Amino acid sequence: MFSWIISSEQTLSAADTARTAADTLHTASDSLAAGAHGGGAFDFNELLHHIYDAPKLELPWGYLHLPHFQLLGFEIVLTKHIVFLLFAALLLTVGLILAARSNTRNKVPKGFGNLVEILVVFIRDEIVLPNMGKGGLKYLPYLLTNFFFILVMNLLGLIPWGSSATGNINVTAGLAIIAFVMIQFSAIRAQGLGHFIAHLTGGTHWAMWPIMVPIEFLGLFIKPFALCIRLFANMTAGHIVILALIGLIFIFQNTAVGLVSVPLAVAVNLLELFVALVQAYIFTMLTSIFMGMGIQTEGHEGHEGHAQEHH
Amino acid sequence: MESLGLLAAGLGMGMAVIGGGLGIGKLAASAMEAMGRQPEAAGAVRGSMIIAAALIEGAVLFCFVICIILATK
Repeated sequence: MFSWIISSEQTLSAADTARTAADTLHTASDSLAAGAHGGGAFDFNELLHHIYDAPKLELPWGYLHLPHFQLLGFEIVLTKHIVFLLFAALLLTVGLILAARSNTRNKVPKGFGNLVEILVVFIRDEIVLPNMGKGGLKYLPYLLTNFFFILVMNLLGLIPWGSSATGNINVTAGLAIIAFVMIQFSAIRAQGLGHFIAHLTGGTHWAMWPIMVPIEFLGLFIKPFALCIRLFANMTAGHIVILALIGLIFIFQNTAVGLVSVPLAVAVNLLELFVALVQAYIFTMLTSIFMGMGIQTEGHEGHEGHAQEHH
Repeated sequence: MESLGLLAAGLGMGMAVIGGGLGIGKLAASAMEAMGRQPEAAGAVRGSMIIAAALIEGAVLFCFVICIILATK
């Protein structure tokens, strides 16, 4: 199924129908694409292109091929995901500055500024303070940036002709590397380098160190790796499920199937809206938990009191 | 051989979903029970339920990525 989705371009060019029985999906995709090309009707491949990255933008009237140019000896290739990543950043910069301005101007926040304030206060009170305590407030800007950036990138994939940059593992890996640096930086800053390294032994007897140190050391990398894969797989899986539901119409070659699969695809799209929010929340939440684990081994008293007195 | 890879991907994904479904089902059952017993703690229970669900889902999604690699190799 996935090979049918992802490698359709190759299977199309090689229009041989002599295939094994296991490759029925390939042949189905071949024959229907041939039919679509012949009739000049809807091209199924336009649907397939929605999932993967390409150096062109999808527009209502066709494709816009993006430029690639040389810069300082590097070849810079603009792709769909890069464009939407930059677009999300631009949208956030403009939108949040406008929201901040309107919030400072109005005594009572209203409209868009109010919406942003709800989210900011939610992250401060429900994510940062319970997990990191008062000391975590200085990392609040980073976590807020994380949340809004991931949220906007996720949501951009749900609008027509849009694409979610978080459905690309390179983008999520970049976010996870930043999270890794922030987690270690905050831990070292709170505990000091010596205590940070001592923490790798897990506080066990020295005879256990050959086992504990590698495990704890790997644990440092597994956390951000899981963040990276989780976000990527969630966003990609949603798109693939929608594509598979729409693809049922083409596999059965029958428009009546659309009566079932289109409402299902709409339902999955609504689920995707929820997933876009939840994944931004989960990424921010887990980053703050991991940072909190580093900050709070310092030994000062529990964080629950801080959270309580804040409410 | 290619078809064996597809078979492995399909079977592996199915088994992973069984595990993930059982896990999330048990988690949701316990969370509902906790909320029923202590409705005032519903917010806190829901928050930790979503985090645990995401962690379980993460394990299934690791398998999903491996299955994609198997199927597209």
